Amino acid sequence: MRKNRKLPGVSFVILMASVLLAISFSIQAGDFTQEDLERWDKEFMTVVMKGEKLFHSALGTNKVSCDQCHPNAANTHPETYPKFQQQIGRVVSLFEMVNWCIQNPLEGDPLPADDPKMAALLSYMTYERRGVPLAPGKH
Amino acid sequence: MNMNRRAFLKTTGAGLMASAFPLSLVKIAFGGQAPAQDFTFGYISDAHLQQIQGNEFVRNWDMGLIRAVREANLLTPRPDFFMFGGDLAQLGKKEELDHGLEIMSNLRGKVHYVIGEHDYYLDLGEYWQSKIGPLWYSFDHKGVHFVTLNSILTYDSWIHKKWPSPMDRMLAMARLDNPNGSPFMVGEEQLTWLKKDLEKVNRSTPVVLFSHSPIQKIFKPWNFWTEDAERVQALLKPFEKATVIYGHVHQIEYNQIGNITFHAVMATAWPWPYPESYSQTASCLPKLTVPMNRADPFFERDATGWQFIDVRKGKVGMHYQLPDNKNRSVLFNSKAGKPQDVNYQDYGSRIPPQTHY
Repeated sequence: MRKNRKLPGVSFVILMASVLLAISFSIQAGDFTQEDLERWDKEFMTVVMKGEKLFHSALGTNKVSCDQCHPNAANTHPETYPKFQQQIGRVVSLFEMVNWCIQNPLEGDPLPADDPKMAALLSYMTYERRGVPLAPGKH
Repeated sequence: MNMNRRAFLKTTGAGLMASAFPLSLVKIAFGGQAPAQDFTFGYISDAHLQQIQGNEFVRNWDMGLIRAVREANLLTPRPDFFMFGGDLAQLGKKEELDHGLEIMSNLRGKVHYVIGEHDYYLDLGEYWQSKIGPLWYSFDHKGVHFVTLNSILTYDSWIHKKWPSPMDRMLAMARLDNPNGSPFMVGEEQLTWLKKDLEKVNRSTPVVLFSHSPIQKIFKPWNFWTEDAERVQALLKPFEKATVIYGHVHQIEYNQIGNITFHAVMATAWPWPYPESYSQTASCLPKLTVPMNRADPFFERDATGWQFIDVRKGKVGMHYQLPDNKNRSVLFNSKAGKPQDVNYQDYGSRIPPQTHY
């Protein structure tokens, strides 16, 4: 019982120390500026534009590109993922469908989920679908 | 009418002979001219044969055209002729056009060709004209006047701007969603020719016009659009029966504007989304259209196809031959004065895959 009562005490001391430390810095974690917002938006749009280029180039072996079937990334429906993909037989994330397309119509090798190219493709596809409400699972 | 492809192919001959032809044996006499007879023709479009290198071509697109040709060869009775609706090639290369013509040479019957932008913008139609023929022309068949236009021209300032190479121009036009593209148009030279061509035709003679792009304005960003569509429509307006059949959109689309009936044809290569699926820009899909099913990418021929067309009393009946889907028929309803799908026209009879978003 005594041990149990002691633990919150230690945590409290550590917490107070952290708070004092944080206050001693001039910039707090939740305190960001207009310049930060602009920079983050620029970073995102740079990746979107990189994705746009990838989406319009040959990612596989047969010179076919994503946009041939999906102009403006239309009919990719990023808002509906994750969803049950009956042909795969389980719930999948969008990157798995991107890889399915790279492997089949584009006759190429799949990208790792954390490949910067995959992040760029997903950024472009999602950006072209901006404003559409999330509808996970929708078919 | 709701039958699968195999049954359709088997029974087309018998079905038409038994049910349709007797009803239309009574011909309406058109003022002094030979009355339009009933006949059929086939329509294959948008093959997009794409060279990888040497004699390697994208297998998927090849298989679409090969399958369409094989199926069309099974039609009995034989259609009077075939149309190819444009975009035989992907990037207008001689190799692609030659490859396409070789596959098309297996098709039994006369073929008339419409040029598409993918055939044109590398050499501005030079090789096409040397191998296939003129880019616009007309012909008469069994009392119907047919016109083929080259509707994928655009502003001279775009065509002749300082491109690094002709292939750069081709690639710019081949990209459907290119924000620096240019709208399709028929242009003055053809409009003058068309006016003259149609002046010779009796107003009661049915006219069927073929083009690659829609001669109506649906969605400019993807060139589901012809800039001078209204001027072509105006030339068709005096005719009692006018029909426009176009490719380019890779989807089922139909419409009625005044006296003119519009039908789009499917691609053999791949389907395209309906414009409403691009949520950033408004579009105008004709309200009359019951969309094709949403494509299932796991079936590579799904949402592609070819068409069997019957012309009865000068009006077109469009029979979509759809691998992996039930075939669709869109017929002209003379009472309603517009084309209608025989199974799905009423909202209550539509099925979930026809909802696009």
